[in-house]
Amino acid sequence: MNGSTPVLEGRGLVRTYGTVQALQGADFAVEAGTVTALIGDNGAGKSTLVKVLSGVEQPDDGMILLDGQPVVFRTPMDAHRLGIETVFQDLALAPHLDAAANAFLGRELRRFGVFNARRAMRRSTIKSFADLGVTTVQDVSAPVMSLSGGQRQAVAIARSAMWAKRVIFLDEPTAALGVVQTRRVLDLIRQIRDRGLGVVLITHTLPDVLDVADRVEVLRFGRRTATFDRDDATVELLVSAITGVYSNVAVEAPTDVTEIDIAGGG
Amino acid sequence: MNSGHHDGDDSAGQRGLLKRLGSVTAVYTVAVFAAEVLFFSIRASDRFLTTNNLILTAQNVAVLTVVACGATFVLITAGVDLSVGSVAILGEVVAAKTIINAGGSGWFDAALGIAAGIGVGVLVGVINGVGIAYLKVPPLIVTLGTMLAGVSAAQIITDGVNVPNRTLSRIGNGRVGGIPYIVLVGLGVVAVAGVLLHFTVFGRHTYAVGSNADAARRVGINVPGHLVKVYALAGALSGFGGVLSLARFNTTSIGGHQSDPLEAIAAAALGGTSVFGGVGSIAGTVVGVWIPGVLRNGIIILGVQPYWQGIIIGLVLVATVWFDQYRRRVAAGTGGLRRTRFRSTRTADRPAHQPIHPPTTTNQEGES
Repeated sequence: MNGSTPVLEGRGLVRTYGTVQALQGADFAVEAGTVTALIGDNGAGKSTLVKVLSGVEQPDDGMILLDGQPVVFRTPMDAHRLGIETVFQDLALAPHLDAAANAFLGRELRRFGVFNARRAMRRSTIKSFADLGVTTVQDVSAPVMSLSGGQRQAVAIARSAMWAKRVIFLDEPTAALGVVQTRRVLDLIRQIRDRGLGVVLITHTLPDVLDVADRVEVLRFGRRTATFDRDDATVELLVSAITGVYSNVAVEAPTDVTEIDIAGGG
Repeated sequence: MNSGHHDGDDSAGQRGLLKRLGSVTAVYTVAVFAAEVLFFSIRASDRFLTTNNLILTAQNVAVLTVVACGATFVLITAGVDLSVGSVAILGEVVAAKTIINAGGSGWFDAALGIAAGIGVGVLVGVINGVGIAYLKVPPLIVTLGTMLAGVSAAQIITDGVNVPNRTLSRIGNGRVGGIPYIVLVGLGVVAVAGVLLHFTVFGRHTYAVGSNADAARRVGINVPGHLVKVYALAGALSGFGGVLSLARFNTTSIGGHQSDPLEAIAAAALGGTSVFGGVGSIAGTVVGVWIPGVLRNGIIILGVQPYWQGIIIGLVLVATVWFDQYRRRVAAGTGGLRRTRFRSTRTADRPAHQPIHPPTTTNQEGES
């Protein structure tokens, strides 16, 4: 880390589902104007961590800090109000509504309190998409259902970018995309980062990580086991960290050392 | 600022005529309606295409129009309301009883009766909505329950004997400038429902809930609360439909209205409303009400056995919906794959945020 206060930070987060401890004291931090990749094997707790940090679920223990101040998210709306947006893997778009309606869904601009300010929302969507360099979605009044997978992904990410003021979580945004569409999404991610937002990229695609991330945090068995600056990371090193062969987290959180060793041995 | 984004393989497919047609609701239905009108005009122009016959038909479909507007909202949320007929009966009965108990004449008593008829509809609608949205009982079951209970309640209130009352007769049978009040009232309801559905945030949320309830919830829409409001609206319109029916026929009709729910659903479906939710329009529903309305009227004029109605309407209904779906698939430029993906995201009862892998895989294959 560069010494600046992270825009969003989780410390010692614990989340248990019945007998399964999805998060066992996980730490996580994202700084403004950077892309932080969150990687880890299936079941490492990535999704749970995102849910906790975006208000979808509440942690059993631990704390969340926003700009260094402790906060509690009771609902995703609390997180939204504080400028934290999430792009879910299934995109959470209403397929029958157009891009503009989806972009403003739940936060419609109104006229006389009850009517959709349809034209204003359309204009604003077109402008926001253009500012983000999203040129693939030419017609914001076509139902999202009629768009391609890459275009839908662009709509979902652009929507979050429109509303996010601090942090965007992207849950496997390139998992279902081809090479060209993936490149566009990564470009979009850089664009969002350059606006000064903290971007959290959850992915299994390590080349994407090395391509776009400024920092990498590795999660294993519900804990952070390694962090890298991009320049220090290689695919081999990331794989070692994901599989538990490598850990460097002692630098970050000395108290975790003994337990990390256990995790590392497993 | 990065590499130039050009359409390339990301383009949505042909954006030709079919695509634009796909965005116009119920084109085919309008064509069916036009063909029907043309047919009867040619076969019986002297009696069919007259102002009087037009007004008579409008008068006949007014009650169903009001009820079907409510059904349209419900269908767009991917729900169904089988109780609309029972609620109409309850509306009649409660309105008639209220008017009689209030003294039986005068504008105030009439207004009280109308309000009571609508009120009982709202009550049943709220019960439907709570059962569906909060108790998570399927709409088909909840509204089947209130359908059975509604008739039963109407019978208890009246001891099973229909209540004659002429207080509202002027609304049902009077005219202003040659146009029956009941037709104007129906038009008013259509206008209000159309504005509500197509121009307000409430209407947009109705589409969103039916299109992808999970997505609606995640952007902060109170989905259960919205469903309660939609079923309450359908109940209110059904109750009001009952009031109009009382006004038209000067008596309650406990044995009637049995086919109302299905006729309302048929009308909405004819008009392009999808029973899977997310799609529909009030204008389409109005045309969907008129198709069987005109058919009934024309058959009588031509002197054909009225028993043929059901077969003809049934065929037209299925053919229309089949063609409409086919057209939408072509217009969307996709096969069934994407639709499948989205449908599964909407209906699956899974915890938030959980990725649904199989559909994603399907989608990938569909695009490679």
